[in-house]
Amino acid sequence: MPFVPNTDAERAEMLRAVGASSVEELFSDIPEHLHIKGLDLPDGISEIEALNEVDSLAERNVQTKKMDWFLGAGAYYDYIPAAVPALAGRGEFLTAYTPYQPEVSQGTLQAIFEYQSMAAKLLGMSVVNASHYDGATALAEAVLMAWKARDGRNRILLPRELHPEYAQVIETYCTSFDIEFVRYGGAPENAPIDDKTAAIVIAYPNFSGEIYPVKKAADRAHEAGALCIVQADPLMCALMKSPGEQGADIVTAEGQSLGNPLNFGGPYLGIMGTTDALVRRMPGRIVGETKDKNGKRGFVLTLSTREQHIRREKAVSNICSNQGLSMLQTCIYLATLGKQGLREIARQSYDKAHYAAELIGGIPGYSVRSSQFFREFLVETPRAAAQIVRALGQRGIVPGFALSRYYPDRRNELLICVTEMNTRTQIERLAAALREASR
Amino acid sequence: MAIDKNARYLESHEYAKPSGEHMIFGISDHAQAELGDVVFVELPAVGKTLSKGAMFGTIESVKAASDLYAPVSGTVVEVNEAVKNDPSLVNKDCYGAGWLIKVAPINASEFSGLLDPAAYGKAIGEE
Amino acid sequence: MNTMNMRDEPLVYELSRVGRTGCSLPKSDVPEYQVPGDLVREELDLPELDELTVVRHFTRLSQKNFSIDTEFYPLGSCTMKYNPKVNEVAASNPGWKNLHPLVGDEYAQGALELIWRLQEGLREVGGFAAASLQPAAGAHGEFSGVLMIRAALRERGDRARKKMLIPDSAHGTNPASCTMAGFVTQTVPSGQDGNIDMAALRAALDETVAGIMITNPNTLGLFERNIEEICRLVHEAGGYVYGDGANMNALTGVFRPGSSGVDVMHFNLHKTFSTPHGGGGPGAGMVAANETLASYLPGPIAVRHKSGYTLEMPPKSIGRMKAFYGNFGVLVRAYSYLLMTGANGLRRVAENAVLNANYLKSLVEGVYPVPYKRNCMHEFVAKGTVAAGVHTLDIAKRLIDYGFHPPTIYFPLIVQEALMIEPTETESKDTLDLYADALKRIAGEAASQPELLHDAPHGAPVGRLDEVMAARCPILCYRG
Repeated sequence: MPFVPNTDAERAEMLRAVGASSVEELFSDIPEHLHIKGLDLPDGISEIEALNEVDSLAERNVQTKKMDWFLGAGAYYDYIPAAVPALAGRGEFLTAYTPYQPEVSQGTLQAIFEYQSMAAKLLGMSVVNASHYDGATALAEAVLMAWKARDGRNRILLPRELHPEYAQVIETYCTSFDIEFVRYGGAPENAPIDDKTAAIVIAYPNFSGEIYPVKKAADRAHEAGALCIVQADPLMCALMKSPGEQGADIVTAEGQSLGNPLNFGGPYLGIMGTTDALVRRMPGRIVGETKDKNGKRGFVLTLSTREQHIRREKAVSNICSNQGLSMLQTCIYLATLGKQGLREIARQSYDKAHYAAELIGGIPGYSVRSSQFFREFLVETPRAAAQIVRALGQRGIVPGFALSRYYPDRRNELLICVTEMNTRTQIERLAAALREASR
Repeated sequence: MAIDKNARYLESHEYAKPSGEHMIFGISDHAQAELGDVVFVELPAVGKTLSKGAMFGTIESVKAASDLYAPVSGTVVEVNEAVKNDPSLVNKDCYGAGWLIKVAPINASEFSGLLDPAAYGKAIGEE
Repeated sequence: MNTMNMRDEPLVYELSRVGRTGCSLPKSDVPEYQVPGDLVREELDLPELDELTVVRHFTRLSQKNFSIDTEFYPLGSCTMKYNPKVNEVAASNPGWKNLHPLVGDEYAQGALELIWRLQEGLREVGGFAAASLQPAAGAHGEFSGVLMIRAALRERGDRARKKMLIPDSAHGTNPASCTMAGFVTQTVPSGQDGNIDMAALRAALDETVAGIMITNPNTLGLFERNIEEICRLVHEAGGYVYGDGANMNALTGVFRPGSSGVDVMHFNLHKTFSTPHGGGGPGAGMVAANETLASYLPGPIAVRHKSGYTLEMPPKSIGRMKAFYGNFGVLVRAYSYLLMTGANGLRRVAENAVLNANYLKSLVEGVYPVPYKRNCMHEFVAKGTVAAGVHTLDIAKRLIDYGFHPPTIYFPLIVQEALMIEPTETESKDTLDLYADALKRIAGEAASQPELLHDAPHGAPVGRLDEVMAARCPILCYRG
């Protein structure tokens, strides 16, 4: 079923209008020997059959909802209010494209402007763009942006405890440029910032869940003429100081947990914000407020001279299509929960994670390694964390992320995530299961 | 299109014009008209040394961006802050209030090698 | 005439009333813990709305959009075809939505099998050896592809090859992607027939050439007749050929780019494979390669074993392009579409896309000059030069009053006053007839009442907007 409306009779009439004897004739520019006989694929099937086939695959996966879920590590199981998909799924949003014609795209444009505003205020920045592919690519683009903004400096400081997949994406993005990456451990204010440093990246919190305040490191970076990039958990910013108010120049974040489903890793939402001083170096689309000829408020894509369709090889990035719909989901999510709702979710995540840490820290053989954390913390386990994950999995509990998956030598470390979705009962069941698993 | 008789030009439409012992750089009337409403200019810091032909900034309209090239070598002694704050000055008065930077020239002979007003007029199709 | 929502809609901040919220949460059942004093956030400037206000607000905003679901939307090179509703149902299965990316291969076999099947299906459509679904968009696929070329050249020890050739009709993402991969670009002009100027290409092929990026059909909607010769020459010169698949909708089931000599290519699944454009994204930019470059594909990719499916990095992979495995939710939609169209359907897609474009061209070319006198593929470029003092922009804005989304305008850059029209195969003859009528009537108005065009649109929620003011004094965030 290729969704083609025209009947054979209509096609014949159209061919006559074109002056072609057959559809094949329209393909006559393609050298004869390159025409293929057919694809080695099955022929099309009906809607019922296709849906059955896709559903049967979907049903073979393990779902968060059916387990006691304590796995995060960059993707979070949070509640999505019913209004979010109901509104974002409206055909007028879903099946529009980049708002090239602002007069008939005010819905998308105003929604982007509202998202930019709410995300900017959450992160404490003066401007946020209309999205990147995900948190990892946003951070990689931020590194390139900072490197270009600090001409002549080629050193970027990265935290040792940065999400490993983010570090890999940065490596891919920067592979063609002469950038030296220096990894630092512990508090960012003690990182070796010098006159060759273009920027320091701070993970807030880092991959192990540890939170280091940004302020001192940002001040030190600025004294040394470097920029401060913060990769933040945006939900944490509802409860704790924003990177912006602590002096960050560029903030990136993964917005998935704000209204986007897990979806096996995508589509997610890359958030990027910056200061007024750096806005013209920021990649990505940006929407601005203006007026029409009658003085009525309206919104347009603006500062486009940064982008590939105008600047071509001199553009600040090659990004074109972004994550518009994921951004819209987050926009509606933030509007629905609002100030109180978002604070409450952050607060409950914090309290539940700390309650879990308290219980687990009290089990002989386990120790909590994170000192300041939000909703995710690192636990040292009495036996291989991967074994514990496997054992508890059979009992319907996904206890967290075994670090050995990324770092084979970190065998006894388990990263546990607790969100507003977890109940006290689940947390207590987790603690009891961990106690048993230590034996 | 107006062509300032006291200036000399590059084919890329930048001009240099003597101002006392210094030179001021800007873009021609033809260039500002082609570009349309100027919305942003990025200019170098005072003290920066430019060699002839080097890029010294960019000038942007809504749908286009042009790099700016130095007509002669020199050290930047002044940047037109007014035009940074109000880029429309380039459209209103490109040879006057809409100048871009002022430099102390390094090699005086470079100026005479630029297009004179007649040659520039020919280059842009005007006599 | 369209029926858009013409009422002013306040911003969420302007609708905010202290104390409201749009979602109820369970009471916390654990003790409260103290947030360290130096970390506590004081102010949080987010709006406060009740749920109904949120619902009305975003519903009203949606009514200020043109979309495929509501209007014909023939944006050239964007392939705004119908996005089947069944794709949305397929993708909303909780088995996808509630699937965590780090759950482990053994718990995600359904997802891995879907990735593998889609890799295989798309590889077959393109005629390539292997595919990766990592890239999140077309430009992301381009970036992957040119990084693969870079990696292959370096492995050969060819570090001096820095020059990437790009036809003058190319999308801006092509040169921008090259810059991100450390290449310098050289433009290759188009000839009289709208194809690459072969003499200019030959002259550009020297020992510094890394490769060429070709969009086929190109952005003029014309098939590169010399595609094999181009690939041969570039290969002989020591370079690789990148295929930009933005316009693949013209060719599915008819021609396989891999068979013509293209080494590496991306497809835009949000174009050819019918996934929704979402007001700007998310897309998906599968990248596929022949035997020569397959081992450099970005990863991980799905691999089938006797015991099941795993995710693995190709042996010489350029690495990860993003966290996790691509825009997976988009991949589910594309797979659902691939199942429904199949081999026979994909051919019908290309045939009807090309027929629709040629038909629409035949209806309007007497009024709107078409610079290249050839059969077009899935789109064509015409010129808005119908009356003195009237520009393509005016025609585009006037189309809105007739209830149609304008085509892509002022692109490709090599055609003055360009209107780039791509109807797609999912539009009926009736719609194309109405669109052609509107274009002809507008041409008439351009001569008799040009002010009607200059002031257009008249029936949209806002009139033409002051983009100069927006760029001179940017307001990018609510400042209430």
